[in-house]
Amino acid sequence: MSDIAIRVEHLAKRYSIGEAVVPYRTLRDTMASFVRSSFTRTPPDQRAHIWALDDVSCEITRGEVVGLIGGNGAGKSTLLKILSRITTPTRGRARIIGRVGSLLEVGTGFHPELTGRENIFLNGAILGMTRREIARKFDDIVAFAEVDRFIDTAVKYYSSGMYVRLAFAVAAHLEPEILIVDEVLSVGDARFQQKCLGKMDDVAKSGRTVLFVTHNMAAVQRLATSAILLERGKLIGSGAVRPMVARYLGGHSHAGYTAARRTGKPQVLESYLIDQAGRPVARPLNTDTFGFHIRFVLPEARSGVRVGIGVLAADGTVVFTSGTDDVSLDVPAEAGEFDARVMVPGDTLLAGDYHLALCVWDSSSSDIFDLQEPALSFSLEYGPSVIYNRGEGRKGFVNIPCAWSVSPVPTLIGRS
Amino acid sequence: MSADVHPAAADLVVDIEAQSGLRRLNLREVWVYRELLYFLAWRDVKVRYKQTVLGAAWAILQPVMTMGIFAIFLGRLAHVPSDGLPYPLFSFAGLVPWTYFATAVTGGALSIVGSQQLISKVYFPRLLIPLAAAVTPLVDFAISMVTLVALLWWYHVVPGAAIVWMPLLVLLALATAFAVSLWLSTLTVSYRDVRHIVPFFMQFWMFATPVAYPASLVPSQWRALYGLNPMAGVVEGFRWALVGGPAPGPIIFASTAVVAVLLVTGLMFFRRAEGTFADLI
Repeated sequence: MSDIAIRVEHLAKRYSIGEAVVPYRTLRDTMASFVRSSFTRTPPDQRAHIWALDDVSCEITRGEVVGLIGGNGAGKSTLLKILSRITTPTRGRARIIGRVGSLLEVGTGFHPELTGRENIFLNGAILGMTRREIARKFDDIVAFAEVDRFIDTAVKYYSSGMYVRLAFAVAAHLEPEILIVDEVLSVGDARFQQKCLGKMDDVAKSGRTVLFVTHNMAAVQRLATSAILLERGKLIGSGAVRPMVARYLGGHSHAGYTAARRTGKPQVLESYLIDQAGRPVARPLNTDTFGFHIRFVLPEARSGVRVGIGVLAADGTVVFTSGTDDVSLDVPAEAGEFDARVMVPGDTLLAGDYHLALCVWDSSSSDIFDLQEPALSFSLEYGPSVIYNRGEGRKGFVNIPCAWSVSPVPTLIGRS
Repeated sequence: MSADVHPAAADLVVDIEAQSGLRRLNLREVWVYRELLYFLAWRDVKVRYKQTVLGAAWAILQPVMTMGIFAIFLGRLAHVPSDGLPYPLFSFAGLVPWTYFATAVTGGALSIVGSQQLISKVYFPRLLIPLAAAVTPLVDFAISMVTLVALLWWYHVVPGAAIVWMPLLVLLALATAFAVSLWLSTLTVSYRDVRHIVPFFMQFWMFATPVAYPASLVPSQWRALYGLNPMAGVVEGFRWALVGGPAPGPIIFASTAVVAVLLVTGLMFFRRAEGTFADLI
């Protein structure tokens, strides 16, 4: 109670759906409808509303690293936008104690015509740094971004990787007491992502408060000290990370996966559980070979696309991952729809509840095109194991045929 | 409540509340972010001169060419009076403050919509955006002032003591441009057709301003009413301060009063609307 960094009380945000479709009006329409409404008796506002955030209350203690999780449309971004003061709430209040740095996007305000050096100063000022502060950290920022050779080149000539690195480098050198981060870690190559995660770790360890949104359950479990779960604008729960992740995953359990919409990028269209013969199956035995049917689409010809799965335990622990690159399988490079099948050998997983994560990414840039976590959930029934004669009630996730031997300790002659 | 506050951060408490009625102006915050104002203006100037081939030459050419057209058609052919000054000098002395104003308002009207990226992703006092749009054209203004000085030299006109009023008149022009931009930029967010009205509006406004003709053409009993156009006072005053001629008199007081009203109401209107800018643009 004594050391609150962020306190949110009954926060709510209403958007009218009309705004989402037609975000602006014209003066002509407004005048016309004013004239019309003077003669007809229509209720003034018949537009439908949606509560993007509905009566959310929570407290974040100083020094906590809080992961904000929830499905699409849960209100995560709306909450971050209100706490970042980008938009005002419709109801409720929030109090933030400490200097806030918020990072809803990397490279906000970057201008393509300006050089790297100029953009560092501009972007730094936009994020709330003073000119002296930026000048002091300038060399560190350039070193972190690894763009020193191009620092006086206009950023429109930068590769996308360089651009993102420079943008993140500026943001990473912001030193707020409270850091608010939207899903920015899903950019850049894998090595740079590691560096960014490392930087966030440093921020967290230095005792600062972090509130971040992510769809990556592994990142939440690695970085966060607590989690807040939102669904459809409502607060479902907050507290320790594992139970929140488990509730999130459990709340999204579907037997099969079907993409809600086409994104125009390579993506998984549908996925379901199959048996050894490739037929759909509801609850396979853990001792039988089973697998996943994955239909994906490449909207345009593109090489280097990879498809992978991750199997998570009910609490979000990653049990194993597997991808087409593990077996050096090249996904066809031409545009079209494809069916992939991945089989899990029988008698490897213990009986229990699992979630499946699906991912489509680019092998060279590590750009993630599609990540569904969880895409679907499934249960494995207990089957007669050939490895263990006692299959039920085992701890852990996997069946491993371990070798055992027991032999008596040799007694030395003469020892009593 | 004070027990909750971390001692080191006691002065950094941000309260976020549902908006009701008028909001505090919070000029202190604008002051805290003054460096960002500098960077936004600096960016606009830099980009402007990087992107245009003519660069700074444009700042000179635009009013000079307009002056040429005015001098030929209005000065020579229509014989518009010019308070005893050479007509080209007369019209140019009016065009310099007017061109600043027109550029600032045209840019200012679109400034919020044009800053969509920034507004939807990061917080800073939104007032900085129209303010930067009003400040940036001062660079062009300074360049065309140099041209004006050259013109004075050419016509052997030496400014009198009234030139000391010049900084105040520039400030009045800046305040007018900022006040009008506050209104127009906020309206443009909600009503997208406003942007199409602005060029027509500016053209209309120029004819209502003594740029190409002297205010002395307006019958004296209507002079104060004419001064309700704040740019009438600015342009007339500007010309008087620089090249002499009749002092603007009551026009300037009417103009200043109108600007003050426009500015205060504009600030209130803007502050009230800014909370939902991110939702609308």
